[in-house]
Formats: sequence, C-alpha cells, structure tokens
Amino acid sequence: MAIPLSYNLRNMRQRKSATLMTALGIALTVTTAIFIMSLLAGLDAAFRASGDPQNVLVMRKGSAAELSSGISHDAAAVLKTLPGVARDAQGQQMASGELVVIVVLPRSDGTGDTNVTLRGMTAMGRELRPTVHLVSGRWPADGQREVTVPTSMTKRFINASVGNDLRFGKNAWRVVGVFDAAGTAHESEVWADVHQMATEFNREYGVSSMLLHAYDKASATTLVQTVIDDQRTKLDAQLETEYYASQTKSGGIIRVVGIIVAIVMAVGSSFAAMNTMYAAVAYRMREIATLRVLGFSRASILLSFVIESLLLALLGGVVGVILMLPFNGMTTGTSNNVTFSEVAFSLRVTPGVITTALIFSAMMGLIGGLLPAWHAARQNILTALRG
Amino acid sequence: MTLSLFITKSALRNKRRTLLTMLGVAVSLGLLTVMMSVWKGFYLDKGSAEAAQRVITRHKVSLTNFLPSYYADRIRTIPGVVALVPNSWFGGTYKDDKSGNFFAQFFTDAVEWAKVYPEYRIDPDELHAWQRDRAGAIVDDALAKQYNWKVGQKIILKRNIYPVDPELTIRGIYHPPEATKTMYFHREYVEEAVSWAKGQPGTFSIMCASPEAVSQVSQAVDEMFRNAPAPTKTESEKAFQLGFVNMLGNVKAFILGIGGAVVFATLLVSANTMAMAIRERTREVAVLKILGFQRATILTLFVGEAMLQCLIGGLFGILPATLMTAVVSSMGGFFSGIKMTPGLFVVAVLVAAFIGFISAIVPSYNASKLAIVDGLRHIG
Repeated sequence: MAIPLSYNLRNMRQRKSATLMTALGIALTVTTAIFIMSLLAGLDAAFRASGDPQNVLVMRKGSAAELSSGISHDAAAVLKTLPGVARDAQGQQMASGELVVIVVLPRSDGTGDTNVTLRGMTAMGRELRPTVHLVSGRWPADGQREVTVPTSMTKRFINASVGNDLRFGKNAWRVVGVFDAAGTAHESEVWADVHQMATEFNREYGVSSMLLHAYDKASATTLVQTVIDDQRTKLDAQLETEYYASQTKSGGIIRVVGIIVAIVMAVGSSFAAMNTMYAAVAYRMREIATLRVLGFSRASILLSFVIESLLLALLGGVVGVILMLPFNGMTTGTSNNVTFSEVAFSLRVTPGVITTALIFSAMMGLIGGLLPAWHAARQNILTALRG
Repeated sequence: MTLSLFITKSALRNKRRTLLTMLGVAVSLGLLTVMMSVWKGFYLDKGSAEAAQRVITRHKVSLTNFLPSYYADRIRTIPGVVALVPNSWFGGTYKDDKSGNFFAQFFTDAVEWAKVYPEYRIDPDELHAWQRDRAGAIVDDALAKQYNWKVGQKIILKRNIYPVDPELTIRGIYHPPEATKTMYFHREYVEEAVSWAKGQPGTFSIMCASPEAVSQVSQAVDEMFRNAPAPTKTESEKAFQLGFVNMLGNVKAFILGIGGAVVFATLLVSANTMAMAIRERTREVAVLKILGFQRATILTLFVGEAMLQCLIGGLFGILPATLMTAVVSSMGGFFSGIKMTPGLFVVAVLVAAFIGFISAIVPSYNASKLAIVDGLRHIG
C-alpha cells in the first residue's frame, strides 16, 4: 500500500526553511539551464525558419557562405536562362543576383561594434522572399545610398531607425524603411540596392550569390542538379533551406559551455537535495518505524521519500521556469561562425524548453533522493523506535 | 579543548552531511574559479610584454575587406613603428571539415614575421629553412603536438576563402609564450595561385617601439588613411582578439550572470546545512551558555564551522578547476590567456570563506541569543 502524497506535502511544509532553500538552489540551476536552452532554441528557430523550399542558392564551388562566394556577371546571365527558373506574372525570370558584404555598426548599449551583414538586391530579391515585409517607410530606391533595417536592429544599433544615417562604406547611408523578417536569418541583415553597393564596395565585376526560384519543390531539386552540372559556369547550388539549416551550428560554443555549466550546477544541487533528504529522513526515524509497524512495506517507504525529493526538486523547477518566463522573446545577438557577422535572435522559452527543464530538475530530485530513501527503507524497526 | 578543536569536532559530527556540503561547495567553486579565470584572461590580462607593444591594422569597414599592400611602406614612415608584417587569414581546413581539424592559418611575409614576433622562439636554422622554401610553413609547438607533426612533414590544407589547396612542408616549429595554435606560410604561395589575392593583405601587425607608443601609432595610422580608398582601424592586439569574443554575444553579462547564480546557489547549500546543524544542537547551545560561554564564542563556533566546511570544500573545487583552466588554455588562440594565478587562487579561497561566513551568520545569531530555558526545553 502506498503512503498518501499529503504525508509528503505536510512534511515539506513542516520544514519550511530547508524546503525553500533547497528548492531555491535547484531553481537557480534550472534558471541557468533554461536560459541556455532558450538561447539555443531561439538560434535554431532563426535558421530553421529561413529559406523557401522553392529557392535555390548558387555560390562559387567551395564557398561555405555567400560572403566568400563570387559569381561573374556572365555566369549570372547564364544562370537566369537555365531551364527550370520560374517566371513571374510580368514574365520576368525569377532570379536575383545579390551582393553580400559585412559592415561594422556601433551597438546602442555602448559595448562596441558588431559585424552586420549588408545584402544588396533588386525588387526581384524581395519578391523571392515573401515572408519579409515592410513595417514602415519604403524599400531602398535604385541607385540611392539607402537601406532598410530589420525591426530587431532598430533598438540595438545606433541610428538604425527611419530618417537617420548609418555610417559604413565610403559615406553615410539613409535608413528609409524598417522590415519584418518573421524571425528568419534576414532579421540580422541590412538591405540595400545591389547596384549602389557594387559601386560603394568596388564589386562591379560580379555578384556574391544568385537566388533562383523554381516552379515547385520537386523542380527545385532538379534545378540544383542543373546548376551543378552546368559546365559553362562551374558553380555550386543548394536549396536555400539547406543553406540556412547548415548554419545552425553557429551556437556551438554556447551549446558546449552551456551544457557543462548546467551539468556542474546540477551536480551541486543534487548534493544539496541529498543533504536535505537525509536530514528529513533522520528527523523522522521514529515516524518511519511507526509506519512500518502499521504495515507499510519497505518499498512504499522508499517510494514515498523518492516522491518527496521529486516534489522538492519540481518545486524548484517550477520556480525556475517562472523566474525565466519574463525573458521569453528578449532579443539578443551572437556571431555566425560561417559568415562572421551577427545573428539576431530571440530567447525562446518554448514548451519543449520548459519540459526539458522540469525533467532536468526531476533528475536532480531523483539523484538526490534515492540514497536517503534507501537509507530510510532499510531502517531496523526496533532501533528506530527506541531512538 | 581549544576552540578550533571544538569546531573540527562539530564539523565531523555528521560526517555525511559535512561531506555532501563540501562536495556541493566544491563543484560550485570549481565552476566559479573557471569563470573567474576566463574573465581575467579576457578582460584583465594585457598579454606578454611584446604583445602589449603590437597593434593590428585592418580595414575600417570589416575584416572581410582587404588593405592595399603599399600601405606597409607608408606605415613604416610613422615614428614609433619598429616593424610590420602583412597577415592574411587563409581559413582552410586540414584533411576534412570536422571542427577538430580547423585551426588558424595565416599567409605572411616570412622575413618581416620574425621581427614582429620576437618572443616566438624559433631555431634560426628552421627559420631560415622556412624563409627559403616558398611552400614551407611553420607551426607552434602546441599545434605540432596536437597533430603529431614533425619538421619536414608534408600537409595539405583544403580551401574555403581562396580557391587553392596549399601543399605545404613544415619547416619549423616555433615556441610562443602562450599557445597560439597558428600556422604561418608564405604570401607568395597564395598570391601566385589566386590573382585577385595579390597585394591585398587582410591585416598588418605592427611592432611599436614601446608600450607607450601604441596609442600614438594607432592614431597616426588611422589618421594617415582617413580619406584613402581603404580607411583603417588600428587597435592593440588584445583589443583585436577581444573583438572576436564580443562577437559571441554579451559574454561579460553571461559570465557575471552564471557567477552570481553559482555563488547564490552555494550560499543556499551551505546555509541550509548550517541551519540544520544548529537546530539539532539547540539544547547543547543552552548547555554551553550555562557553562559560561559568551555569546561571541558561540557565534565564532558556528561561523567557524561553516567557514571550515566551505574552505575545505572550496579547495577541493579550486584545485581541479586549476587543472581545467590548464586544459582550456592549451586550446590556444584567445583561450591561451585563461590561466590560474596565485592572485585568482586567493580570490577563490576568499569567496569560499565569505560564503561560509554569510551562510552561518543568521542561524548562529539566532542560536546565540536564545534564552537558556527555551534552549533546554527544545525538542530536537
């Protein structure tokens, strides 16, 4: 027969300060774990959502990123006419030659400069990315030193708002609009006119990359192969979605450091939980013996104390989750290992993160509670009653 | 019985509890020590004396923009400049794309290189052999050890930025004061294979006459090219490296946040133990008072016990942490500054003592002011 749960709850309430201190210690560990997990969840989401399955990205062979890629105007012209490249309502080939460079912008929190990706395109480039839309202002006009910035950047960088000038390249660029990129990787990019950028950065000889739009998902795969097989251009192609998916490893350092920190803190918290549970057992020696005399089995005593430890840890876990919830959606940035430029993303306390955090805290409770519970269950009834 | 013996005896009374507390404190302080050494390595150290005399000039717009190589001769005319060398990041991989096979590679000017990095000790014969062989390369001892490379060995780098796969022979192994895990090879190798790379170095590393000349040289360089087609940004070697750390995000806040959480969590562990330990001794405290012990003595007794626990636990954490920082430091590059020092050790021990002190102060104060009658009546 199992010992009722209310027995454990009452005991926890009886020893308020020990329960609170242990739970709070576990809560701190859980907070750290959630913080790191939500960072990574946000980072993953930023890349996973990026790219259109119908889009094919063409780069130079051997380039891991658009930044180190280059395509001559001749090759770009060939790519546009490849069979499989869709045409829009006006009969134009849906292909966008784009320039990608990195510029340095000062952060508004005064912590220095950050590398930011600057992408140059024409109206076609925006047509190929229907998830990106203007929030205010307008898109950069052709041949003008104008840029649009993503919403995530307006607060994080100095002067990154409509009407102000950003200083990079040879001179100032006017911010004429703000766009929303629906949490995709474009959320970290400043967009400008491709021709104006070519003059500014001495890149008249070609573009960085080429984005082609296929008729449907199936023909996109065919188009990738067509580009790779083309002997005139000798370029490499991949689905746009695959390109961004391959960049999720950017959080590598955060992931490794985060996991180590979380595990070390969890070990410390498990010791604390163990201490509290040993004390709980020690105070209740006579009680436990009485329970045994009343007919409760060793197994139910063991179970009861493990459950109490789990409850203690889960209390800590819940407090940890509550402490971290306000940080959900907070925007931050890290560097992309592939492009060396900033990736802006939001902390995401997702249901998955919360579940993992609660399991994580339960693990601490289990590890901390098992030995003391075993100790309690193995007590000799007579000595315990006398003690 | 002396006070210290009394404290030791009390601490050993519940051995399991004391041990668990110590282990908890050990784990946390170990983590905290590593965090502190990272902080110190990144934000407090200035690097070796020679490194403090070096500045790095790059294109103002970004690292991916190149500088014209004729800048070198103009920079040499600036007073306070002793030597300079063009360095370009090659960014290739060794063997395959696994992250373990990625390390820093620069193509450089082999003659000027020796003047800018005088603290990198290298056998003069090996240096000359490298300078003579255009397909030669040098690596630091840590990198050579990692891949088990010997002088004379041939290795191939795979391309990423520049469309060439260099086939290089290791001509020498240099010994920097701190591991760099960096390979240097010849500019000519890449420039002959890739026409657009010609005369376009990524950065200039400049050796200044003295640490005092650093800021004046930096300003003079940037002033010189303010209106040139490629304006420059010049900063100390340390600041340049820190730029990469900052790109990871707000590392400072990250370290501070975790450090704070760790200290607070440890405080809770220790406080919980002391609260339990003192509560079960309520009656003893009353007896001690009857025997004539002062409140101050009783306070010292408990606070001393907590501090002893935390200090021993702390030491058990700080020592392994020292080993860990040695491992991190051997990763080279900007990790090489992450090292344990006597100063850090003292700080870590002080933190441990502080945690012990704070955690015991409230329960021991309560115990010391307890009325004797209540204490004697207490049912533990």
